[in-house]
Amino acid sequence: MTADADPDLDRIAEEVASVPDPEMPMLTLRDLGILRAVERGADGRPVVVVTPTYSGCPAMEAIRADVRERLERLGHVGAEVRTVLSPPWSTDWITEEGRRKLAEHGIAPPSGAAPVGPVPVRLSVKCPRCGSPATRTLSRFGSTACKELRVCEACREPFDHVKPL
Amino acid sequence: MSAERDTALAAYTLRLGDDALVASHRLAELAARGPQLEEDVALANISLDLLGQARSLLTYAGSLEERLTGVLRTEDDLAYLRDEDQFANCRLVELPNTDFAYTVARQLLFSAYQFELYTALAGSADETLAGIAGKAVKEVAYHRDHASGWTVRLGDGTEESSERMAAALEAAWPYTAELFTSDAVFRSVAASGLGADPPDLRPAWDVFVDGVLAEAGLARPEVPPITGPAGMGGRQGVHTEAFGYLLAEMQHLHRSHPGAAW
Repeated sequence: MTADADPDLDRIAEEVASVPDPEMPMLTLRDLGILRAVERGADGRPVVVVTPTYSGCPAMEAIRADVRERLERLGHVGAEVRTVLSPPWSTDWITEEGRRKLAEHGIAPPSGAAPVGPVPVRLSVKCPRCGSPATRTLSRFGSTACKELRVCEACREPFDHVKPL
Repeated sequence: MSAERDTALAAYTLRLGDDALVASHRLAELAARGPQLEEDVALANISLDLLGQARSLLTYAGSLEERLTGVLRTEDDLAYLRDEDQFANCRLVELPNTDFAYTVARQLLFSAYQFELYTALAGSADETLAGIAGKAVKEVAYHRDHASGWTVRLGDGTEESSERMAAALEAAWPYTAELFTSDAVFRSVAASGLGADPPDLRPAWDVFVDGVLAEAGLARPEVPPITGPAGMGGRQGVHTEAFGYLLAEMQHLHRSHPGAAW
Protein backbone atom coordinates (compact mmCIF):
# COMPACT_ATOMS: atom_id res chain seq x y z
CA MET A 1 0.00 0.00 0.00
CA THR A 2 1.45 3.34 -0.96
CA ALA A 3 0.79 6.63 0.72
CA ASP A 4 -1.45 7.73 -2.17
CA ALA A 5 -4.72 9.30 -1.12
CA ASP A 6 -7.48 6.73 -0.76
CA PRO A 7 -10.67 8.71 -0.15
CA ASP A 8 -12.68 5.50 -0.14
CA LEU A 9 -10.57 4.14 2.71
CA ASP A 10 -11.00 7.41 4.61
CA ARG A 11 -14.73 6.99 4.31
CA ILE A 12 -14.51 3.40 5.50
CA ALA A 13 -12.43 4.49 8.49
CA GLU A 14 -14.98 7.17 9.33
CA GLU A 15 -17.83 4.63 9.22
CA VAL A 16 -15.99 2.11 11.37
CA ALA A 17 -15.03 4.77 13.92
CA SER A 18 -18.69 5.65 14.40
CA VAL A 19 -19.83 2.08 15.19
CA PRO A 20 -21.22 2.08 18.76
CA ASP A 21 -19.77 -0.08 21.51
CA PRO A 22 -22.31 -2.81 22.26
CA GLU A 23 -21.99 -2.58 26.05
CA MET A 24 -21.71 1.20 26.38
CA PRO A 25 -23.61 2.31 23.27
CA MET A 26 -23.23 6.01 24.08
CA LEU A 27 -19.59 5.55 23.02
CA THR A 28 -18.28 4.90 19.53
CA LEU A 29 -15.24 2.75 18.85
CA ARG A 30 -13.33 6.02 18.37
CA ASP A 31 -14.50 7.41 21.73
CA LEU A 32 -13.45 4.23 23.49
CA GLY A 33 -10.02 4.28 21.83
CA ILE A 34 -10.07 0.65 20.73
CA LEU A 35 -9.82 1.28 16.98
CA ARG A 36 -6.15 0.99 16.05
CA ALA A 37 -6.07 1.11 12.26
CA VAL A 38 -8.10 0.82 9.09
CA GLU A 39 -6.02 -0.43 6.16
CA ARG A 40 -6.27 -2.31 2.92
CA GLY A 41 -5.25 -5.94 2.81
CA ALA A 42 -3.15 -7.42 0.00
CA ASP A 43 -6.33 -8.22 -1.95
CA GLY A 44 -7.69 -4.68 -1.49
CA ARG A 45 -10.33 -5.61 1.08
CA PRO A 46 -10.52 -3.43 4.19
CA VAL A 47 -8.69 -4.63 7.29
CA VAL A 48 -9.89 -3.14 10.59
CA VAL A 49 -7.53 -3.49 13.55
CA VAL A 50 -9.06 -3.31 17.03
CA THR A 51 -7.76 -3.95 20.54
CA PRO A 52 -9.86 -5.32 23.42
CA THR A 53 -10.33 -3.36 26.65
CA TYR A 54 -9.89 -6.57 28.70
CA SER A 55 -8.53 -9.98 27.55
CA GLY A 56 -11.89 -11.66 28.00
CA CYS A 57 -14.10 -8.79 26.84
CA PRO A 58 -17.18 -10.59 25.47
CA ALA A 59 -18.13 -7.54 23.39
CA MET A 60 -15.32 -8.23 20.90
CA GLU A 61 -17.39 -10.79 18.99
CA ALA A 62 -20.27 -8.34 18.69
CA ILE A 63 -17.93 -5.54 17.64
CA ARG A 64 -16.43 -7.70 14.90
CA ALA A 65 -19.89 -8.57 13.59
CA ASP A 66 -21.10 -4.94 13.81
CA VAL A 67 -18.07 -3.61 11.91
CA ARG A 68 -18.43 -6.20 9.16
CA GLU A 69 -22.13 -5.54 8.84
CA ARG A 70 -21.63 -1.78 8.65
CA LEU A 71 -19.04 -2.21 5.89
CA GLU A 72 -21.21 -4.67 3.99
CA ARG A 73 -23.92 -2.05 3.82
CA LEU A 74 -21.34 0.20 2.14
CA GLY A 75 -20.63 -2.57 -0.34
CA HIS A 76 -17.40 -3.91 1.22
CA VAL A 77 -18.06 -7.59 1.63
CA GLY A 78 -15.63 -9.78 3.60
CA ALA A 79 -13.78 -7.09 5.52
CA GLU A 80 -11.30 -8.53 7.98
CA VAL A 81 -11.43 -7.47 11.62
CA ARG A 82 -8.10 -8.23 13.28
CA THR A 83 -7.50 -8.14 17.03
CA VAL A 84 -4.18 -7.02 18.46
CA LEU A 85 -3.20 -7.02 22.14
CA SER A 86 -0.08 -4.91 22.01
CA PRO A 87 0.31 -2.19 23.06
CA PRO A 88 -2.35 -2.89 25.67
CA TRP A 89 -5.41 -0.67 25.77
CA SER A 90 -5.47 1.84 28.58
CA THR A 91 -8.32 3.98 29.87
CA ASP A 92 -6.10 6.94 28.87
CA TRP A 93 -7.15 6.15 25.30
CA ILE A 94 -10.77 7.10 25.97
CA THR A 95 -11.18 10.45 24.22
CA GLU A 96 -12.29 13.70 25.87
CA GLU A 97 -15.52 13.39 23.92
CA GLY A 98 -15.90 9.83 25.27
CA ARG A 99 -15.39 11.01 28.86
CA ARG A 100 -17.99 13.72 28.42
CA LYS A 101 -20.53 11.23 27.06
CA LEU A 102 -19.89 8.75 29.88
CA ALA A 103 -20.49 11.41 32.53
CA GLU A 104 -23.62 12.57 30.70
CA HIS A 105 -24.97 9.04 30.95
CA GLY A 106 -24.30 8.67 34.66
CA ILE A 107 -21.08 6.67 34.34
CA ALA A 108 -18.02 8.18 36.00
CA PRO A 109 -15.14 8.42 33.51
CA PRO A 110 -11.85 6.79 34.57
CA SER A 111 -9.91 8.52 37.31
CA GLY A 112 -7.68 7.43 40.13
CA ALA A 113 -4.90 4.92 39.67
CA ALA A 114 -4.81 1.24 38.87
CA PRO A 115 -3.73 -0.99 41.78
CA VAL A 116 -0.09 -1.42 40.82
CA GLY A 117 2.84 -0.93 43.14
CA PRO A 118 3.00 -1.74 46.85
CA VAL A 119 0.84 1.17 47.99
CA PRO A 120 -1.91 1.88 45.47
CA VAL A 121 -2.76 5.55 45.33
CA ARG A 122 -6.46 6.20 45.12
CA LEU A 123 -7.69 9.54 43.87
CA SER A 124 -11.28 10.45 44.43
CA VAL A 125 -13.90 9.68 41.82
CA LYS A 126 -16.57 12.34 41.37
CA CYS A 127 -20.23 11.34 41.51
CA PRO A 128 -21.54 11.72 37.94
CA ARG A 129 -24.94 12.82 39.29
CA CYS A 130 -24.22 15.44 41.98
CA GLY A 131 -20.49 16.03 41.45
CA SER A 132 -19.51 15.24 45.02
CA PRO A 133 -16.01 13.79 45.43
CA ALA A 134 -17.23 11.83 48.50
CA THR A 135 -17.76 8.47 46.84
CA ARG A 136 -16.60 4.98 47.73
CA THR A 137 -16.18 1.63 46.01
CA LEU A 138 -18.94 -0.94 46.56
CA SER A 139 -17.25 -3.55 44.39
CA ARG A 140 -14.12 -3.38 42.24
CA PHE A 141 -16.00 -5.33 39.59
CA GLY A 142 -19.19 -4.17 37.91
CA SER A 143 -21.67 -4.83 35.14
CA THR A 144 -18.92 -5.11 32.51
CA ALA A 145 -15.24 -6.02 32.70
CA CYS A 146 -14.19 -2.38 32.46
CA LYS A 147 -16.37 -0.93 35.23
CA GLU A 148 -16.57 -0.95 39.00
CA LEU A 149 -19.56 -0.17 41.20
CA ARG A 150 -19.41 2.89 43.47
CA VAL A 151 -21.81 4.80 45.69
CA CYS A 152 -22.00 8.52 46.43
CA GLU A 153 -21.98 9.46 50.13
CA ALA A 154 -23.61 12.81 49.38
CA CYS A 155 -26.61 11.88 47.19
CA ARG A 156 -26.59 8.16 48.11
CA GLU A 157 -26.87 7.11 44.45
CA PRO A 158 -24.92 4.08 43.27
CA PHE A 159 -23.12 4.51 39.94
CA ASP A 160 -20.73 2.78 37.54
CA HIS A 161 -17.15 3.97 37.16
CA VAL A 162 -14.87 3.02 34.28
CA LYS A 163 -11.94 1.88 36.39
CA PRO A 164 -8.47 3.01 35.43
CA LEU A 165 -6.45 0.42 33.53
CA MET B 1 13.91 -20.53 15.24
CA SER B 2 15.34 -23.87 16.33
CA ALA B 3 13.06 -26.86 16.85
CA GLU B 4 14.24 -27.24 20.42
CA ARG B 5 13.41 -23.65 21.23
CA ASP B 6 10.01 -24.00 19.58
CA THR B 7 9.26 -27.20 21.48
CA ALA B 8 10.04 -25.59 24.83
CA LEU B 9 8.06 -22.46 23.97
CA ALA B 10 5.01 -24.51 22.95
CA ALA B 11 5.13 -26.54 26.18
CA TYR B 12 5.63 -23.38 28.24
CA THR B 13 2.74 -21.52 26.61
CA LEU B 14 0.49 -24.53 27.14
CA ARG B 15 1.32 -24.53 30.87
CA LEU B 16 0.41 -20.86 31.20
CA GLY B 17 -2.77 -21.36 29.18
CA ASP B 18 -3.81 -24.35 31.28
CA ASP B 19 -3.22 -22.40 34.51
CA ALA B 20 -5.47 -19.59 33.31
CA LEU B 21 -8.16 -21.93 31.94
CA VAL B 22 -8.48 -24.07 35.05
CA ALA B 23 -8.38 -21.07 37.40
CA SER B 24 -11.10 -19.49 35.28
CA HIS B 25 -13.28 -22.58 35.42
CA ARG B 26 -13.06 -22.87 39.21
CA LEU B 27 -14.33 -19.30 39.54
CA ALA B 28 -17.01 -19.82 36.91
CA GLU B 29 -18.43 -22.57 39.12
CA LEU B 30 -19.42 -19.84 41.55
CA ALA B 31 -21.45 -17.82 39.06
CA ALA B 32 -24.90 -17.29 40.61
CA ARG B 33 -23.59 -18.89 43.83
CA GLY B 34 -21.47 -16.06 45.21
CA PRO B 35 -21.88 -15.14 48.87
CA GLN B 36 -23.38 -11.77 47.88
CA LEU B 37 -24.38 -10.11 44.63
CA GLU B 38 -21.30 -7.87 44.30
CA GLU B 39 -19.03 -10.83 44.98
CA ASP B 40 -20.82 -12.95 42.45
CA VAL B 41 -20.18 -10.28 39.84
CA ALA B 42 -16.55 -9.88 40.93
CA LEU B 43 -15.74 -13.60 40.72
CA ALA B 44 -17.40 -13.88 37.33
CA ASN B 45 -15.42 -10.88 36.07
CA ILE B 46 -12.14 -12.35 37.26
CA SER B 47 -13.08 -15.66 35.68
CA LEU B 48 -13.76 -13.88 32.40
CA ASP B 49 -10.38 -12.11 32.42
CA LEU B 50 -8.67 -15.45 33.02
CA LEU B 51 -10.66 -17.07 30.24
CA GLY B 52 -9.58 -14.33 27.85
CA GLN B 53 -5.95 -14.92 28.81
CA ALA B 54 -6.44 -18.69 28.42
CA ARG B 55 -7.92 -18.27 24.94
CA SER B 56 -4.97 -16.17 23.73
CA LEU B 57 -2.42 -18.51 25.31
CA LEU B 58 -4.01 -21.76 24.13
CA THR B 59 -4.52 -20.42 20.60
CA TYR B 60 -0.85 -19.45 20.53
CA ALA B 61 0.26 -22.80 22.01
CA GLY B 62 -1.74 -24.56 19.29
CA SER B 63 -0.11 -22.54 16.54
CA LEU B 64 3.40 -23.15 17.93
CA GLU B 65 2.64 -26.85 18.09
CA GLU B 66 1.42 -26.80 14.49
CA ARG B 67 4.79 -25.48 13.33
CA LEU B 68 6.40 -28.54 14.90
CA THR B 69 3.89 -31.26 14.05
CA GLY B 70 1.99 -29.89 11.09
CA VAL B 71 -1.24 -30.60 12.96
CA LEU B 72 -3.28 -27.70 14.32
CA ARG B 73 -5.16 -27.97 17.59
CA THR B 74 -7.48 -25.03 18.20
CA GLU B 75 -8.17 -23.48 21.60
CA ASP B 76 -11.30 -25.65 21.84
CA ASP B 77 -9.41 -28.83 20.95
CA LEU B 78 -6.92 -28.07 23.70
CA ALA B 79 -9.52 -27.12 26.30
CA TYR B 80 -12.10 -29.81 25.64
CA LEU B 81 -10.43 -32.77 24.02
CA ARG B 82 -7.45 -33.51 26.21
CA ASP B 83 -7.50 -35.91 29.13
CA GLU B 84 -6.37 -35.20 32.66
CA ASP B 85 -2.77 -36.35 32.24
CA GLN B 86 -2.32 -34.07 29.21
CA PHE B 87 -3.06 -30.90 31.18
CA ALA B 88 0.01 -29.07 32.43
CA ASN B 89 -1.53 -26.60 34.89
CA CYS B 90 -0.23 -26.24 38.42
CA ARG B 91 -2.38 -28.09 40.96
CA LEU B 92 -3.09 -24.97 43.02
CA VAL B 93 -5.65 -23.70 40.48
CA GLU B 94 -7.64 -26.94 40.51
CA LEU B 95 -8.27 -26.96 44.28
CA PRO B 96 -12.02 -26.94 44.93
CA ASN B 97 -14.12 -24.05 46.28
CA THR B 98 -14.60 -25.79 49.62
CA ASP B 99 -15.84 -22.56 51.20
CA PHE B 100 -15.38 -18.90 50.32
CA ALA B 101 -12.13 -18.67 52.28
CA TYR B 102 -10.68 -21.47 50.12
CA THR B 103 -11.56 -19.52 46.99
CA VAL B 104 -9.94 -16.39 48.45
CA ALA B 105 -6.79 -18.26 49.54
CA ARG B 106 -6.37 -19.87 46.12
CA GLN B 107 -6.92 -16.54 44.38
CA LEU B 108 -4.48 -14.71 46.63
CA LEU B 109 -1.65 -17.20 46.12
CA PHE B 110 -2.31 -17.65 42.41
CA SER B 111 -2.93 -14.03 41.44
CA ALA B 112 0.22 -12.94 43.31
CA TYR B 113 2.13 -15.56 41.27
CA GLN B 114 0.51 -14.53 37.98
CA PHE B 115 1.29 -10.89 38.70
CA GLU B 116 5.04 -11.58 39.00
CA LEU B 117 4.92 -13.95 36.04
CA TYR B 118 3.20 -11.54 33.67
CA THR B 119 5.34 -8.64 34.86
CA ALA B 120 8.41 -10.64 33.83
CA LEU B 121 6.83 -11.91 30.62
CA ALA B 122 5.85 -8.43 29.44
CA GLY B 123 9.55 -8.13 28.59
CA SER B 124 9.70 -11.48 26.77
CA ALA B 125 11.70 -11.72 23.56
CA ASP B 126 8.63 -13.43 22.10
CA GLU B 127 6.34 -10.67 20.83
CA THR B 128 3.11 -12.61 21.19
CA LEU B 129 3.77 -13.68 24.78
CA ALA B 130 4.91 -10.17 25.66
CA GLY B 131 1.68 -8.78 24.21
CA ILE B 132 -0.56 -11.20 26.09
CA ALA B 133 1.31 -10.63 29.35
CA GLY B 134 1.40 -6.83 28.97
CA LYS B 135 -2.38 -6.88 28.66
CA ALA B 136 -2.99 -9.47 31.39
CA VAL B 137 -0.78 -7.96 34.07
CA LYS B 138 -3.09 -4.97 34.42
CA GLU B 139 -6.08 -7.26 34.90
CA VAL B 140 -4.27 -9.47 37.38
CA ALA B 141 -3.37 -6.40 39.45
CA TYR B 142 -7.10 -6.07 40.12
CA HIS B 143 -7.47 -9.80 40.89
CA ARG B 144 -4.63 -9.62 43.39
CA ASP B 145 -6.10 -6.50 44.93
CA HIS B 146 -9.47 -8.24 45.28
CA ALA B 147 -8.05 -11.37 46.94
CA SER B 148 -5.82 -9.30 49.25
CA GLY B 149 -8.80 -7.25 50.40
CA TRP B 150 -10.78 -10.37 51.29
CA THR B 151 -7.82 -12.06 53.00
CA VAL B 152 -7.51 -9.04 55.27
CA ARG B 153 -11.26 -8.77 55.90
CA LEU B 154 -11.58 -12.44 56.80
CA GLY B 155 -8.24 -12.78 58.59
CA ASP B 156 -8.74 -9.60 60.59
CA GLY B 157 -12.49 -10.18 61.02
CA THR B 158 -14.24 -12.35 63.58
CA GLU B 159 -12.75 -15.32 65.38
CA GLU B 160 -14.71 -17.61 63.06
CA SER B 161 -13.66 -15.87 59.82
CA SER B 162 -10.05 -15.71 60.92
CA GLU B 163 -9.94 -19.43 61.75
CA ARG B 164 -11.51 -20.36 58.45
CA MET B 165 -9.16 -18.11 56.46
CA ALA B 166 -6.18 -19.65 58.27
CA ALA B 167 -7.47 -23.17 57.55
CA ALA B 168 -7.96 -22.37 53.88
CA LEU B 169 -4.45 -20.94 53.57
CA GLU B 170 -3.00 -23.98 55.23
CA ALA B 171 -4.82 -26.26 52.80
CA ALA B 172 -3.63 -24.35 49.72
CA TRP B 173 -0.08 -23.64 50.88
CA PRO B 174 1.45 -27.08 50.12
CA TYR B 175 0.65 -26.49 46.44
CA THR B 176 2.59 -23.22 46.21
CA ALA B 177 6.00 -24.92 46.01
CA GLU B 178 5.04 -26.21 42.58
CA LEU B 179 4.62 -22.64 41.30
CA PHE B 180 8.31 -22.01 41.83
CA THR B 181 9.78 -25.34 40.74
CA SER B 182 11.90 -25.29 37.62
CA ASP B 183 12.51 -27.99 35.05
CA ALA B 184 14.02 -28.35 31.56
CA VAL B 185 11.17 -26.50 29.83
CA PHE B 186 11.30 -23.52 32.19
CA ARG B 187 15.08 -23.35 32.07
CA SER B 188 15.06 -23.48 28.28
CA VAL B 189 12.59 -20.62 27.79
CA ALA B 190 14.34 -18.56 30.45
CA ALA B 191 17.74 -19.10 28.84
CA SER B 192 16.46 -17.88 25.48
CA GLY B 193 14.76 -14.82 27.00
CA LEU B 194 11.28 -16.05 26.03
CA GLY B 195 9.95 -16.96 29.46
CA ALA B 196 10.56 -16.72 33.18
CA ASP B 197 12.28 -19.30 35.38
CA PRO B 198 9.84 -19.89 38.27
CA PRO B 199 12.38 -19.67 41.12
CA ASP B 200 13.15 -16.10 40.02
CA LEU B 201 9.54 -15.12 40.69
CA ARG B 202 9.57 -16.31 44.28
CA PRO B 203 11.24 -13.42 46.18
CA ALA B 204 8.73 -10.77 45.03
CA TRP B 205 5.84 -13.20 45.61
CA ASP B 206 7.06 -13.85 49.15
CA VAL B 207 7.26 -10.15 49.93
CA PHE B 208 3.77 -9.50 48.64
CA VAL B 209 2.06 -12.49 50.29
CA ASP B 210 3.85 -11.91 53.60
CA GLY B 211 2.69 -8.29 53.54
CA VAL B 212 -0.95 -9.31 53.07
CA LEU B 213 -0.73 -12.01 55.75
CA ALA B 214 0.79 -9.54 58.20
CA GLU B 215 -2.00 -7.05 57.57
CA ALA B 216 -4.56 -9.84 58.00
CA GLY B 217 -3.00 -10.97 61.26
CA LEU B 218 -2.39 -14.43 59.82
CA ALA B 219 0.71 -16.54 60.20
CA ARG B 220 2.50 -17.95 57.18
CA PRO B 221 1.53 -21.66 57.17
CA GLU B 222 4.31 -24.04 58.05
CA VAL B 223 3.32 -27.07 56.05
CA PRO B 224 5.49 -29.12 53.69
CA PRO B 225 4.90 -29.19 49.92
CA ILE B 226 2.73 -31.96 48.50
CA THR B 227 4.15 -33.72 45.48
CA GLY B 228 2.72 -36.57 43.46
CA PRO B 229 4.39 -39.93 42.77
CA ALA B 230 8.14 -39.66 42.07
CA GLY B 231 8.04 -35.94 42.84
CA MET B 232 5.80 -35.22 39.88
CA GLY B 233 3.03 -32.66 39.81
CA GLY B 234 0.67 -30.74 37.57
CA ARG B 235 3.36 -29.70 35.08
CA GLN B 236 3.96 -33.40 34.38
CA GLY B 237 0.25 -34.18 34.12
CA VAL B 238 -0.12 -35.57 37.64
CA HIS B 239 -3.12 -33.87 39.22
CA THR B 240 -5.27 -33.90 42.34
CA GLU B 241 -8.37 -36.03 42.62
CA ALA B 242 -10.57 -32.94 42.32
CA PHE B 243 -9.27 -32.23 38.82
CA GLY B 244 -10.97 -35.17 37.12
CA TYR B 245 -14.36 -33.95 38.32
CA LEU B 246 -13.60 -30.43 37.14
CA LEU B 247 -12.68 -31.65 33.66
CA ALA B 248 -15.72 -33.90 33.46
CA GLU B 249 -17.98 -30.92 34.01
CA MET B 250 -16.00 -28.52 31.85
CA GLN B 251 -15.69 -30.88 28.87
CA HIS B 252 -18.98 -32.73 29.01
CA LEU B 253 -21.02 -30.46 26.76
CA HIS B 254 -18.40 -30.19 24.05
CA ARG B 255 -17.69 -33.92 24.02
CA SER B 256 -21.36 -34.92 24.01
CA HIS B 257 -22.31 -32.37 21.37
CA PRO B 258 -19.24 -31.75 19.19
CA GLY B 259 -19.36 -28.37 17.49
CA ALA B 260 -22.15 -27.03 19.70
CA ALA B 261 -22.22 -23.23 19.64
CA TRP B 262 -24.25 -20.52 21.37
